[in-house]
Amino acid sequence: MAEKQLMKGNEALSEGAVRAGCRFFAGYPITPQNEVPEYMSWRLPQVGGAFIQSESEVAAINVIYGAAATGVRSMTSSSSPGISLKQEGISYCAGADLPFLIANVMRGGPGLGNIAGAQGDYFQSTRGGGHGDYRLYVMAPNCVQEMFDFPKRCYETAYKYRIPSMILADGTLGQMMEGVEIKWPEIDVKTIEKPKWSLGINTERRERRMVGSYDLRDGMLEKMVLERVKRYKEIEEKEVLWEEKMTEDAEIILVAYGISSRVAFAGCKMAREKGIKAGLLRPITLWPFPKKRLAELAPKTKNFLAVEMSLGQMVEDVRLAVNGATNVNLFARPGGSPIFAEEVYKAIEDIVKKGAKEYATVK
Amino acid sequence: MYQGIRISGFGGQGVISAGVLLAYTGIIENKNVSFFPSYGAEMRGGTANCSVVIASDEVDTPIVSSPDTVIVLNEPSLAKFEPMVKPGGILIVNTSLIKTEPKRKDIKVIKVPCNEIADKLGNAKVMNMVALGVFAKATGALAIESIGKALPKVYKKLKPEVIELNIKALNEGAKLA
Repeated sequence: MAEKQLMKGNEALSEGAVRAGCRFFAGYPITPQNEVPEYMSWRLPQVGGAFIQSESEVAAINVIYGAAATGVRSMTSSSSPGISLKQEGISYCAGADLPFLIANVMRGGPGLGNIAGAQGDYFQSTRGGGHGDYRLYVMAPNCVQEMFDFPKRCYETAYKYRIPSMILADGTLGQMMEGVEIKWPEIDVKTIEKPKWSLGINTERRERRMVGSYDLRDGMLEKMVLERVKRYKEIEEKEVLWEEKMTEDAEIILVAYGISSRVAFAGCKMAREKGIKAGLLRPITLWPFPKKRLAELAPKTKNFLAVEMSLGQMVEDVRLAVNGATNVNLFARPGGSPIFAEEVYKAIEDIVKKGAKEYATVK
Repeated sequence: MYQGIRISGFGGQGVISAGVLLAYTGIIENKNVSFFPSYGAEMRGGTANCSVVIASDEVDTPIVSSPDTVIVLNEPSLAKFEPMVKPGGILIVNTSLIKTEPKRKDIKVIKVPCNEIADKLGNAKVMNMVALGVFAKATGALAIESIGKALPKVYKKLKPEVIELNIKALNEGAKLA
């Protein structure tokens, strides 16, 4: 095993994307994701790629629309307020079935909020975010290693199903440094097959190709959307990812994603030391959400506890999956404030020992 | 083994550099590490701080709220971080710039005139290394030799004589722990 490299989350994300074949980046600066465009600005020219700092977030996402239409693996990144600005373009990309990678290194919100890590963009990321019926494939890393590894999976899924993909991280993951092991070989972009739908300059005559998000003919848009829904169904069947720890005998299962999942797991370990059987289910993909697995676990689990750095957003997906079969509780910390293991343990203890039925802590 | 560290001082004192170096040293010693800086409106002359965790188990959060060890390099940092030290923990105080007496009686306070020692070695910039030397010896969390090994890996442009000087500063610090 090669020695691990010490990498910052934002840099690992950028290098991971380049090694996964990213050759085009457009973005606009915002804390806490500034290292991404900074890294891409020197790294992409090294591999024959292109970097654009656009005049705004709106411009960046529309430039990406164009780049993705040519079939080149492209990427944009921002943080919460900037991602809000990109929503119109993301909806257009989804409508045009364009695959690319968006990274959201979340910060405190709403509005300008603050620059601390937070998870308040869960609804926005998993419900589409912009207008119309669409989804994004959303992956939530919980360590710098996964910041490095996930862009590859995002591109693979995005291209396979023609869907925009998102890495939903937060300021903590973006700014922290950890050891990273480089476990997979860099993708040679020459070996990536050009998609059959992609546009570009052609030397030979071929059938006309169209990339667009609309069809004004009677009933045709519905057909377009329903064709897309078939792909969404397939993604829900085949591409859902999650991780479980100590759930086999758990009387309480914590559900948490991203950086919160690590703290939640530490809370579970503290509970186990005190004789409380706590376990963790970590959604790795937020859409599709591991709802089938939660539904399976629900009848044999007394309590669920959603742990999130937002005001009770992911908990709604847990409740939908559990569908009233058992209690779903919430530990929420909004506004960019960090969660600590001791507080999570306290919530577990209150629920299990005091038998709170509808426990909701907003600390 | 778990060691949560906070380092704090003026921007430009090498607070962030020292933190990154500790994290890299942890990797060399095959430990799990995390480093987390204060970020945003940071500037030279303002205050900067960072969290470092070195552990044999998985690191849950990189934000260290009750550190085992705190290194304070300037006066405002003492006021902010002294109350955070875990009872029984260690507070390393740079007495070259901090004149206030620490109040806590439930922790071990180590006073070191980091700037003066660095000046004597001939380069004021290595004052952060003096503090790290104290840290390594006082906590036993990392070996001084490992920090020396990490130096050229983290700071690839450093000349051999500068690395030599940094290692000297580490050893001077260790003597005072």
